Amino acid sequence: MDTQATGLEARGVVKRYGQVTALGGVSLHVPAGSCTALVGESGSGKTTLLRAFNRMVEPDEGTVRVGDRDVSMGEAVTLRRSLGYAEQAGGLLPHWTVGRNVSLVPWLLGSTDAEDAARRALDLVGLPADEYAGRWPRELSGGQRQRAALARALAGGAGTLLLDEPFGALDAITRVDVLRTFASLQKELGLTTLLVTHDLRVAFELADQVVVMRAGRIEQADAPATLRAEPATPYVAELLEKAGVA
Amino acid sequence: MRGVARRGGGVGRLGGRARLPAGVAKLALVSGLALVSAGTPLIASAQVERPVVVASKPFAESFVLAEIFAQLLEARGFTVDRRPGLGATEIAFAALRQDQIDVYPEYTGTGLLAILGENPQGSGDDAFRRVAAVFRERWGLRWLPPLGFENTYAIAVRPGTADSLGLETLSDLAREGAALRAGLSPDFIGRADGLPGLRAAYGLFPGAVRALLQAVKYQALAEAEVDVIDGYATDGQIARYDLVVLEDDLDFFPPYDAAALVSARLALEQPAAVAALTELSGLIDEPAMREMNRRVEMDGADVAAVAAGALRALGLAGGGATGDVDAGARDDSLLRYLWERRATTLAETRRHLLLVLLSLGAGALVAIPLGLALERARRAAEGTIRAIGLLQTIPSIALLAFMIPLLGIGVTPAVTALFLYSLFPMVRNTYTGVRDADGSAVGSARALGMTELQLLRWVRLPLAAPVIMAGVRTAAVINVGTATLAAFIGAGGLGDPIVAGLALSDTQMILAGAIPAAVLAFVVDGLLGAAERAVSPKGLAG
Repeated sequence: MDTQATGLEARGVVKRYGQVTALGGVSLHVPAGSCTALVGESGSGKTTLLRAFNRMVEPDEGTVRVGDRDVSMGEAVTLRRSLGYAEQAGGLLPHWTVGRNVSLVPWLLGSTDAEDAARRALDLVGLPADEYAGRWPRELSGGQRQRAALARALAGGAGTLLLDEPFGALDAITRVDVLRTFASLQKELGLTTLLVTHDLRVAFELADQVVVMRAGRIEQADAPATLRAEPATPYVAELLEKAGVA
Repeated sequence: MRGVARRGGGVGRLGGRARLPAGVAKLALVSGLALVSAGTPLIASAQVERPVVVASKPFAESFVLAEIFAQLLEARGFTVDRRPGLGATEIAFAALRQDQIDVYPEYTGTGLLAILGENPQGSGDDAFRRVAAVFRERWGLRWLPPLGFENTYAIAVRPGTADSLGLETLSDLAREGAALRAGLSPDFIGRADGLPGLRAAYGLFPGAVRALLQAVKYQALAEAEVDVIDGYATDGQIARYDLVVLEDDLDFFPPYDAAALVSARLALEQPAAVAALTELSGLIDEPAMREMNRRVEMDGADVAAVAAGALRALGLAGGGATGDVDAGARDDSLLRYLWERRATTLAETRRHLLLVLLSLGAGALVAIPLGLALERARRAAEGTIRAIGLLQTIPSIALLAFMIPLLGIGVTPAVTALFLYSLFPMVRNTYTGVRDADGSAVGSARALGMTELQLLRWVRLPLAAPVIMAGVRTAAVINVGTATLAAFIGAGGLGDPIVAGLALSDTQMILAGAIPAAVLAFVVDGLLGAAERAVSPKGLAG
């Protein structure tokens, strides 16, 4: 699959909802071709930060860049079509077949071979197009739906993926399967990935960089090994301890 | 007892023949005027003759009187447009004031109490002079000299009740009747000159009171479901069931002399038509009226035939008009009756469908975009939807009555009222359907770069379509039912035979409207149910 990887960068990003500060001045760099995982408790701001990159959240302060572009310049829909996205529930359109779902972004981009792109993406995530393209989302298992959502994120040719708990709703065995598929795609395609997960084991297995968030701020951002060896704060140490990855 | 029922007053409830002013349609008296300006019927005139619109209120006596007016006018060379069964005093009177109709039969007591809000005092002549003066001064309307009979309330009991309790007068009833059960017209229960006034004048009155429609009251009394009813003095049913009418010994009930009430426009434009109608003054007495009512209500005689017979007997018309021999009694089978009037039923059904489809189509054109807009402006949504829901709580007849000053009578106000009723289910379902469309699917599609318009077109609307169609379906079925009430404002449709059948105690006629209306509701519901399934996206469960 034809992809082009670009890095992601946030600088001093602030987001407030009324009195509540969801992001209190966050800076983050995701190098091109690498995978960064955002971890932390509910309400720590990790999903808000992720959504700042495709402008599903508009920051009050700070800058957000995808590659060398400031995302606040230009059209939000153009930006979104250039970034792969998948979320926990899969978010497939229930009234579209799996094939049509996966072809969404190429179709939005006006591609003449949207259907082929969808079939290639389905094959890539382990859902042979011949078998699965014509099915309805409700006819898929949970793991198959997550794979289809992943295929949809890839089909437009985006080299950058934003994934919000993409392995969240799966049982343990299925999760391992999907994780492996994703890990090999990540390497094979050289994807730049920003991933939100509450599961530190997933983060430690996939990510080159793990970012621990707490109350709208970054507590520590380092490679998994560094985090293990040198937790920056007692909070990080405790979090790793509880998750059994310390 | 002077037993005359006052018809007239109440705001029309579907039921009783409650005193609603005579049906608007029948009496299209006025239209022929232009012809007669020289005083000679049938003299051609350069003016274009407007048909005289003769109306009645929805009960038998009003139908008969209006038909007498209409046939007399036709015999004098006028063209007549009949609008029988207009829904209530308020509706018929408003239509007359707006020059939507030209004449209908009304009762002096109704004019005083229900329209002027005055308490009648003095004799019947005093009452007539009072309404004649005030109506003319205030609205330019003319009360023609009374027809010759009075029709005030008649409080009636079974002979057995009268015997065992020794009841002859209302004072007797007040003294002895505490344990009796009364079945009274809804408007009688509420009017100052009805139950409240009766209680004040006579003291005690039966404590247990049920609201009963005119159509069922006599039967309920005969079958001892109730013991006391209010009727009208000229009701044919009083004779049929051999009922005892209690004497109004304190002269509580006001005079209810029947007379033609004529629009200002007819008086101005076609004085000859007014002159023709005046020929009837003083010619119809109480026994004659009761007999005509009996024939129409009990024997099932045709209203037109009864009216023609009356005119013939009075020497006012040569039996022409529609005066064939008494139409047959009603003992034919229902199926045969329905078959024989199939052409009429078809025309009524077409009109009914027209009312429903016009109002539903206009409603959908407004409600669905409004529901979508509200989804974009959710803060305004709940309040707006609740306000539209309030429309639903306005009783249909009241809403129709409100329409008259704005839109007159006929199809336009009926469609407008039905349009208003259709909004709520469609707005609510559109709003909630689009709002509740699969949040994760909508969110993901947006995050992948669909524009808001694309989201609406490809995601929200398709997912909401079954819910929206369900709203359309609800509105359609409501409208098929409510459209039967459109007959009260002269809009036609399947309500016509229902209103007329209720007025004439003719069950077959009621069924001739009710059965097709039910079938229509069933068919419309079925078709829209199929449409609902057709627009239901395939991938959804099922």
